[in-house]
Amino acid sequence: MTETPAIDVENLAVRFQQRDRTIHAVNGVSFRLARGEVLGILGESGSGKTVALRSLMRLLPHNCGIAGRVVLDGEDVTAASESRLEELRGNRIAMIFQEPATALDPVFTIGQQIIETLVRHLGMPRRDARRRALEWLERVQIPSARRRLDSYPHEMSGGMRQRAMIALALSCSPTVLLADEPTTALDVTVQIQILLLLRELQRELGMAVIFVTHDVGAAVEVSDRLAVMYAGRFVETGAVRDVLRKRAHPYTEGLLAANLHGVEPGSRLMTIAGAPPNLAALPPGCSFAPRCAYALPLCGETMPAPVICGDGHVARCWRAEERIKVAA
Amino acid sequence: MADVSTILQPIILPDTSAGAEPRSYWSTVGERLVHDRITLAVGAVLLCVILLAIFAPWAATHDPLQGSVLRRLKPVGTPGFFLGTDEIGRDIWSRLVYGGRLSLICGVTPVALATLIGGTLGLVAGIGGRVVNMAIMRVVDVFYAFPSVLLAIAICGVIGAGIGNTMLSLMIVFTPPIVRVTESLTAQVKNRDFVEAARASAAPLHAIIRHQILPNVLGGMLVYATSLVGISIILSAGLSFLGLGVTPPNPEWGLMLNALRQAIFVNPIVAALPGLAIVLTSLCFNLLSDGLRSAMDIKLPS
Amino acid sequence: MNVPLSSDDRGGTAQPLLIVRDLKKHFPAKGSFWRLSRDKVQAVDGVSFSVAKGQTVGVVGESGCGKSTTARLLLHLIEPDAGEVIFDGEGVGAPGGIGVRDLRLQMQMVFQDSYSSLNPRATIADIIAFGPRMAKKVPSRQAHDRAGGLLEQVGLQPSLFARRYPHELSGGQRQRINIARALALEPRMLILDEAVSALDKSVEAQILNLLADLRRDLGLTYLFISHDLNVVRHVSDRVVVMYLGRIVEAGDVGAIFRRPSHPYTQALLRAMPSMDPDRRTEASPLTGDPPNPINPPSGCRFRTRCAFAEEVCARVSPALDDIAGGHQVACHMMVPGSGHSRAGTICAGHD
Repeated sequence: MTETPAIDVENLAVRFQQRDRTIHAVNGVSFRLARGEVLGILGESGSGKTVALRSLMRLLPHNCGIAGRVVLDGEDVTAASESRLEELRGNRIAMIFQEPATALDPVFTIGQQIIETLVRHLGMPRRDARRRALEWLERVQIPSARRRLDSYPHEMSGGMRQRAMIALALSCSPTVLLADEPTTALDVTVQIQILLLLRELQRELGMAVIFVTHDVGAAVEVSDRLAVMYAGRFVETGAVRDVLRKRAHPYTEGLLAANLHGVEPGSRLMTIAGAPPNLAALPPGCSFAPRCAYALPLCGETMPAPVICGDGHVARCWRAEERIKVAA
Repeated sequence: MADVSTILQPIILPDTSAGAEPRSYWSTVGERLVHDRITLAVGAVLLCVILLAIFAPWAATHDPLQGSVLRRLKPVGTPGFFLGTDEIGRDIWSRLVYGGRLSLICGVTPVALATLIGGTLGLVAGIGGRVVNMAIMRVVDVFYAFPSVLLAIAICGVIGAGIGNTMLSLMIVFTPPIVRVTESLTAQVKNRDFVEAARASAAPLHAIIRHQILPNVLGGMLVYATSLVGISIILSAGLSFLGLGVTPPNPEWGLMLNALRQAIFVNPIVAALPGLAIVLTSLCFNLLSDGLRSAMDIKLPS
Repeated sequence: MNVPLSSDDRGGTAQPLLIVRDLKKHFPAKGSFWRLSRDKVQAVDGVSFSVAKGQTVGVVGESGCGKSTTARLLLHLIEPDAGEVIFDGEGVGAPGGIGVRDLRLQMQMVFQDSYSSLNPRATIADIIAFGPRMAKKVPSRQAHDRAGGLLEQVGLQPSLFARRYPHELSGGQRQRINIARALALEPRMLILDEAVSALDKSVEAQILNLLADLRRDLGLTYLFISHDLNVVRHVSDRVVVMYLGRIVEAGDVGAIFRRPSHPYTQALLRAMPSMDPDRRTEASPLTGDPPNPINPPSGCRFRTRCAFAEEVCARVSPALDDIAGGHQVACHMMVPGSGHSRAGTICAGHD
C-alpha cells in the first residue's frame, strides 16, 4: 500500500470485566483499509462485531479493557485523550446505527443537529452551515429537503430517518464511516435504496467504510472485502467473490448456507450444530471447533494460524488449504 | 432501547448444562439485594428500629408516660436518661422507642390498605375497557388535584383526630397514586406478547390475570409502596404535629416534636431528636425502595 | 396433497382448512379526545384467501401492509369490522358455526421471539402447561408431563429446561418454547407471525427444519407470515403478497417467484440483494418508503409508486382476479377491458 491507509487496526482486543467473570468480546482483530475501500464484517450475535466497531471510536463503557493499536489516517488514536477523540468523532470518523430513532436526538430538528456538527467540527458560520445541511439532505435524496431541515426525527418515516442519520454522519466528510447494521431494521425495498445510497456516497467521497451486518446479501452489495467474524476473531477475510466462492472456513460455509441462497426450496437446511460460543469461557484452540463438522483433534488444542488461500484471502483454519482445493 | 452498556454486552449463553440451578426472577433479585451495600446497611438500620419497637417494654429504660417536674429538659448524657428528658420530665429514649411503634404502624398500615384497594382498582382500570378505565382514572385525577398534605389535613379535620382516623385519612391519600401506578403497569404488561399468547390459548380471563398479569405487576407495586411508607411516616408525624393525629400523652414522634418546640432554645438537641428519628426511618424506607428498584431492574441480553 | 386427516376433521380433504373472505379492520387514528378525528388507519381492507389442509401459505409484505393485523383478526384477538373466517367449513362466530374459543383450540399462533413473548415470572413447564390447564381443564400433573413431551419434540431436554426461566435461555431456545406452547393445545393449524425474524441465520435454519419436521409428523397446516422473501420461498406452497391492507397477488410459490405479475411483487423481488459481487444491483426498483396506512390512495393503493399507473388506477380499485390456474393478481393491466392502456396485452410474469 503506497499511501497511508485510512484506518489501520492491529491486534484489537476488548475485554469486559463483570463481577465474577471476564468476557472476551474481541480477540485479536487486525485489518487495514485503504481510502475508498469497503470492508464488510459478517457475523452473528455474540461474534463481537459491534463491540469491535465501537472500540474504534472508543464508544465503550468504562468497565472494559481495550488493547491493540488503532491508527486513523496516520494518527495513533489508541491512547488519544478524550478531548482529541471528541474532535475526531463525527469529524474524521463517523458512525451510523441500526435504529435511527435512538441515534437522532428527539428534541432537536434534523437541521439543528447537522448544523451543530458542522459548527463544532469545521468552525463554520451558522448561515453557511445551514446551507451545507440543506445540501446534504438533498444529497441523501430526502424529498422536500428544505422543509425537512426543520422537522423533528419523529415526524419522519423510518427510511427518511436513516437517510437523515447518514447525512448527519457524513456532514463533515469523514475519512472513515462505521456502519453498524444500518439496514437491518428496514423493509427490503427501503434497504436496497439505502445500500445504493451508501455505495454512491462512498464512491463520491472516497471514504473507507466498515459495514457490520449479519445479512450476507447486504454485505455483498456494498463491500469490496469481506471479513467473517466468530467469537471475537476474523476467521476468514478476502475479496468478496473469493470468500463467497471458496468458503475456506467451515463457519463461512455454514453461514452462507443459512442465508438460504441457492438452496432448494423445501429441502432440509444445512445447520451449524451447537450454540454460539460462551465468550466468558472460550475453549483453547479454534473457537469454532466444538461446532465444526470438519474438526480434528489439533483444532481443539491449538489456535489455527492464518492460512493464505489466495491473493489477499486468508482463513484461520487448519484444513483451509484442503478445503479450497476440494472446492476448486 | 436500553442504555449503552446493555447494547454492548455480548450475548452470554446461559449455562444450561446439567447441574446449574434454575434461577427464578425473585431469587436473582434477592441475590442482587444482598450484594448491594447501601440496601444492606439500610435494611440493618430498619431491622433495629423494628426490633426496638417490638421489644419496646424491654428496650425502654423508663415508663414513657411518667414525668417529673424535677427533671425537665435534661440534656443528652444525663445519667439514667441518656437522651435527656422532655418538657414534662419524661425520658426521651423510652418515648422514642414506644413512639416507634406508633410511627411504624402509621407508616405501614395505611400503605398496606391503600395497596390492597388501590391495586385492585388499578388492575381493574388497566384490564377493563375504555369506559371502565376512564371512570376510575378520572376520579383518581380529581384526588390528584389536592396536594397530599392538604388532603390529609382536610380529611382529618372532617373526621377528627386519633390514630385510627389518621390511618384512614392517609389510606385515602395514598390510594390514588397507587391506582395510577398499578394501572400504568397493568396496561404495559397487558400489551406484551405473552399475555396475547395467553389470550390466544382460550384461557379464561381470571386465569390470565392471576398467572400472567399479576406476577409481573406486583414487583413494581412493591417498589412504589415501599417508597410510600417513608412518606406515610412523615405525613402521620406531621398530622400529629398539627394536633390532628395521635393525641397526647401518647409518645408519637410528631407529637413530641410539637411539644418540644418551645424547648428549642433551652435544649435544642433534645428538641430535635424526634425529628431525627422521623427522618432516619423515612429515609431508610426510601433507600430500601431505591435498592429494590435497582435490584429488580435486571438488564438482560436480548 | 395427500394429508392424513386429523381426528377433529369435519370437512374432508377437499375442504380448505381456512377460508378468509373480505376481512376488514379499520382503527381510528390517534387524535385528541376532543377533536373527533375521522382519520382511519385502514390496516386490513378486504382480504380474502384460503389455506388447504396440510399446506403452508406464506404471507409477505412490508411495514404497514397489515399481515400481522390479519393474523390477529383470524384468531379474533382483534375483532374484525367486517368479513368472515371459515374454519374447516364452519363460520367463526356465526350461528351454527364454531365459537372463538373452540377455534383457538384448533388454531394457535407462534409469536416472534422477543423477550416479551414468554412470561418472565414463570418456569418453562408452567408456560407450556398454562394453556391446557386453564383452557382444557387438564390436571396440573398431566399438563406438566405433556409439557415435558413437547419439550422433547422441539429438541430441548426436559430435565434441563422444564424448570428454567425465560431469561436463562437463548433466542433459539425461546423460540422452541414458543412453538411448544403453541402445540400444547394440539391445534391443527399454526399461524407463524415472523417466527424466525429475530433469530440469527444459523438458528433460523434450525428452527425452519424443526417446523418442517413438526408439520410432517403432526399433520399441521401453516400460515407463515414474514417479510423475508427467501424464507417464504423456502417454506411455502402458496404465497400471498400484501400491500397497504390488501392482497395484490397470490399464487403457487413457483408462480409468484418465477412469474411475478403485479408491479409491487416484481419490485419486491428485484429489491432483494443480488448475492453476486460481480452483478450488483444498480438501481432501486422503488423509491420512498412504504406509505402510511392512514388515508391511503384512492383506487389501487400501489399507484403512487407504480411506473405504470394511469387514470383508471386512481378511479377504480382493481379486484383480485384469477389469471391462470390459481394465480391471482389485483392489477388493471392484467384484465382485458379494464380501461388501462396495457390491459389484455400482458401475460403472467411480464416485465
